Amino acid sequence: MSFLVLHQVSKGFGPPEARREVLRGVDLSVKQGEIVAIVGYSGAGKSTLLHLVSGLLKPDAGSVSLGGRVIEGPGTDRGVVFQNYSLLPWMTVAENIRLAVDSVFPDWSETRRSEQVDRYIHLVNLTHARDRRPSELSGGMRQRVSVARALAMDPQILLLDEPLGALDALTRGTLQDEISGICRASGKTVVLITNDPDEGILMADRIIPLSAGPGAILGPSFPVALDPTRDRRALNHDPRFKALRAEVVAWLLGPGARPAISVSRKLILPDLEPEDLEIPRPLIGGRRRSRRRSEERRETVDLTP
Amino acid sequence: MKKIHWDAVLMPLVGIALTLLAWQMISGRIVTRSLADGTVEEVKLGWVQDLPGPVQTWEKTRKYVVEPFAKREELDQGILRFTWYSLVIVAKGYAIALILGTPLGFLLGLSSTFSKMFDPIIQVLRPVSPLAWMPLGVVLFANAGKSANELAALFTIAVCAMWPTVLNTAVGVRAIPQDYLNVARVLKLSRTQTLLKIMIPATLPYMFTGYRLSLGIAWLVIVAVEMLTGRIGIGNFLWNEYNNGLYTSIVLCIVTIGLVGFALDRAMSLLERRFKSIL
Repeated sequence: MSFLVLHQVSKGFGPPEARREVLRGVDLSVKQGEIVAIVGYSGAGKSTLLHLVSGLLKPDAGSVSLGGRVIEGPGTDRGVVFQNYSLLPWMTVAENIRLAVDSVFPDWSETRRSEQVDRYIHLVNLTHARDRRPSELSGGMRQRVSVARALAMDPQILLLDEPLGALDALTRGTLQDEISGICRASGKTVVLITNDPDEGILMADRIIPLSAGPGAILGPSFPVALDPTRDRRALNHDPRFKALRAEVVAWLLGPGARPAISVSRKLILPDLEPEDLEIPRPLIGGRRRSRRRSEERRETVDLTP
Repeated sequence: MKKIHWDAVLMPLVGIALTLLAWQMISGRIVTRSLADGTVEEVKLGWVQDLPGPVQTWEKTRKYVVEPFAKREELDQGILRFTWYSLVIVAKGYAIALILGTPLGFLLGLSSTFSKMFDPIIQVLRPVSPLAWMPLGVVLFANAGKSANELAALFTIAVCAMWPTVLNTAVGVRAIPQDYLNVARVLKLSRTQTLLKIMIPATLPYMFTGYRLSLGIAWLVIVAVEMLTGRIGIGNFLWNEYNNGLYTSIVLCIVTIGLVGFALDRAMSLLERRFKSIL
């Protein structure tokens, strides 16, 4: 029984005449308690996909449903960890988490709510930084606060939007272990967005590549048949890990999934302007000037086979 | 112990000294000389004969400065006492400006419809001089009896000082990062909660920039207001002394108004920086 279901979801942006299709007919189903990673190129539409689940965006076509109910807007049943932490800089760590707890559990007593806050601060090992402001924390610590804020809401599903994208490689490694440990321990359903196949394999039960936009589609899902408590040092030499990574990368580099390669160059054309006298003159603003070729200063040639 | 930057202390002092020197040189002075027939004649000398020099200004206005809070007569009081009267009325008018201006700025920032409707009007009213608002204020509150003058003064200060607060608050609200608003949506904060916990804190630095500019204008307006209404205060003192032909007092008033304005601006910019450092 699938918990989160995306059915033929499409989403585009921009006005009708210059519409940019980001996702085209995406299908995804995630089981309860499963950790799914979605890997793809930057700008492929990964965050759009996650925003559709969080309810911050609405699909143009298709449906997103969670636990059988169609998602109409943001809700506290989904905890979101944003790419850029999105902590409120004028609040301390505890206050940031408290804001979420107060909003989700308004009926709880004062003591119960502050216990909840402290429990999740402790869970991400930030008890010592409880009363500090985000500006006084490192990037890794901020992201841990963001995870604690999402978990403290006790959501049914946790949505991680490139949670470690802004961190340096070493911090990233440590935090991957830490966050995937916390996620596994919580037993929650998790959707992780990342641009790093290794990260996806390391943290998830299943990894699904997303082709490059425009009109991105999800690739086949690759189950990660590795021991849940993965040791990153041993993993580097694990043949199953290597094979899986090769498969995922091969799909992402394969035809149809790669971003379009195009060349653009400056155009130098004779500056002639034939005017069409048949076009009726509007009342205000005079006759619409025809577009000079020399104004189109760039020409883009699509080189994708 | 913090190292004192002598340059920062010394150079302004040198500048002040040079200005005083130049002022003394171009200012006029009165010389008395006895003529051959025994009568005494006063002669004005110097480039700008009617401009009192710094020495003369100090000698003539000493009593206002050395006893800054003295009250000898209604129109003969220490300079800081006059300043205090002015500050009180400025504070009241400024408070009204902030109380009206901040919510108005929020509305402009939040609703593009509201902004389209009222932004042109605000842009038209904004450059109107206090001298133009003042008579309207007097007419509006003519029937208010004893407090008519005060109400007219408050009206003028508030209506002139409000605009920087309105516009900066509106800009601040429009500049709230989408991330923060996303957090509010994901956490399902109510409208009031979003306003109190997210929008107001995120706008505070902009609001304080507006508050600082508004305070500057409020202080600028006070002189005009007091000249026209005849309320006791530093602007009124300046105007009376002008009518009495005591030009030294005018110089004293100008210096005092400038110093007070500078002090107010500094105090506000310290507050502003405090709020900016949080973000």
